Amino acid sequence: MGDQILHQLIIPILLVVAVVLPLTLTVALYVYWERKVLGWMHVRMGPNQIGPLGLLQAFADVVKLICKEVILPTNANKFLYYTAPLLALIPALAAWAVIPFGARFALSNANAGLLYLLAMTSLGVYGIILAGWASNSRYALLGAMRSAAQVISYELAMGLCLVCVLVLAGSLNLTDIVNAQAGHKGILDWFMWPLLPVFVVYFVSGVAETNRAPFDVAEGESEIVAGFHVEYSGSTFALFFLAEYANMILVSFLASLLFMGGWLSPFPESVPVLGHTSFIWLLAKAFFFAFLFLWFRATFPRYRYDQIMRLGWKVFIPIAIVWVFVAGCMKYYGWVHIGTGG
Amino acid sequence: MIDPQMFQLVCFYAFAAVTVIAALSVITLRNSVHAVLALVLTFFSTACIWMLAEAEFLAIALIVVYVGAVMVLFLFVVMMLDIDQEKLREGFVKFLPVGLVVAVVMLVEMLGLIGVRVMHAQTMGVNPATAAGMSNTAWLGMALYTQYLLPFEVAALILTVGVIAAVALTLRQRTGVRHQQASEQVAVNARDRVRIVKMAAERPIVGEPGSQSAPAEEPKP
Repeated sequence: MGDQILHQLIIPILLVVAVVLPLTLTVALYVYWERKVLGWMHVRMGPNQIGPLGLLQAFADVVKLICKEVILPTNANKFLYYTAPLLALIPALAAWAVIPFGARFALSNANAGLLYLLAMTSLGVYGIILAGWASNSRYALLGAMRSAAQVISYELAMGLCLVCVLVLAGSLNLTDIVNAQAGHKGILDWFMWPLLPVFVVYFVSGVAETNRAPFDVAEGESEIVAGFHVEYSGSTFALFFLAEYANMILVSFLASLLFMGGWLSPFPESVPVLGHTSFIWLLAKAFFFAFLFLWFRATFPRYRYDQIMRLGWKVFIPIAIVWVFVAGCMKYYGWVHIGTGG
Repeated sequence: MIDPQMFQLVCFYAFAAVTVIAALSVITLRNSVHAVLALVLTFFSTACIWMLAEAEFLAIALIVVYVGAVMVLFLFVVMMLDIDQEKLREGFVKFLPVGLVVAVVMLVEMLGLIGVRVMHAQTMGVNPATAAGMSNTAWLGMALYTQYLLPFEVAALILTVGVIAAVALTLRQRTGVRHQQASEQVAVNARDRVRIVKMAAERPIVGEPGSQSAPAEEPKP
């Protein structure tokens, strides 16, 4: 009896903690890394006062945010105002349930993992919309509207990109998708080569889905102050912040799992040591994509709203639809021989 | 310790209760945004019930399509509308009989359907996905794209026609609107836009008004 409780309750909870706790820590360090990278790209120092090399800056910010007062705007909808940050955070964390970190470690090795991910990422927009509406502020509402339209448009392109991946992999299970990219040629076996246009479309849509620069019109601090979270302070703001960064890291992990072979090594199996599969490869790839987010932010000016819509509907979706056909032909006629493992 | 069958039953009733309460609040809540959110909850708990019945694809599709896209647009529209609650309440008594008639007819129909099902004592067949040893999604894909290919394609075609019709209905040609032509912008040559002119450097003429370098007229001692 005690055994059953241990296996059905305590071990899963410990595993969840083992994923969420490092994730939260990573978010803190990622924020630090973002400020450092932005600083270097702007030829300044970035945070360097708190702790060695400024490493404790993010933690100091967390303490500051938690100690601040949460102010409820006049005539705001109290219930929705407080639930909105939670609605943003919960799907962002729940999506991590199906992410495999290695060939044998995933919280839930669900068969419909990719579908579940699509469902969870599409739920995150409610937090933003409701935050915008419940704060009883014009700027916040404008931000929410922009965000809703943007997320719906880019979700379509993203879904079509995922269709290409699952056509080639023949499975919705994320572990199977990674294993389908295993082969003797290392990096050449990954899905990023036959699906190169879709790979680019997917990652850029991911940037747009997470409302990051250059697609951050929902925040648009120069036009609509801070968009949907303009009325949020202290810990409620921190929750939005956490959700956004958890989503960014999620997109980075997904891009490396779906297109760059996850924990597979870029070197052929015959290479000693470097050719082994390892969790470290997955981390390195995810780190690369996470860095791209910051690089984009430091490099590109913000898109205008109508330009974002044009890019999503008139460029990305047609490319993705055409590539679904191409991927189908690749699979049916055996044009490409990638991933002998799948 | 915990009987899995029992637990499943408890879960089913819990999800069903949430579904019914949420569906009731859709029509009773005064605030229209709250009503839309209650509808979202209804969809979500329905998806949970379907998940219990091992229809995982339908359940997740319901969340992706309805909760993730359709309801977001709904919310979008409801937030933009400035609905006058008092005006909506005016016709309540007037329309109550009509509403009641519709409700009663629906109730009778549903009861009739349940009665027919009970009399036939129709039991659910074996889950075809488990029988074939596949996941629900894989089996559904197989069935749709082999056995039911034609009806599936016809349905897809009808939906496409619907989309095109909706676009055609709302599309209006306006004159005098200036659109951004990205391809033209990209195709532009610097030579067409900027003309670089060579000219000798100009030196300011001393004493002319407006020239900065003109010596100030100092009063001579």
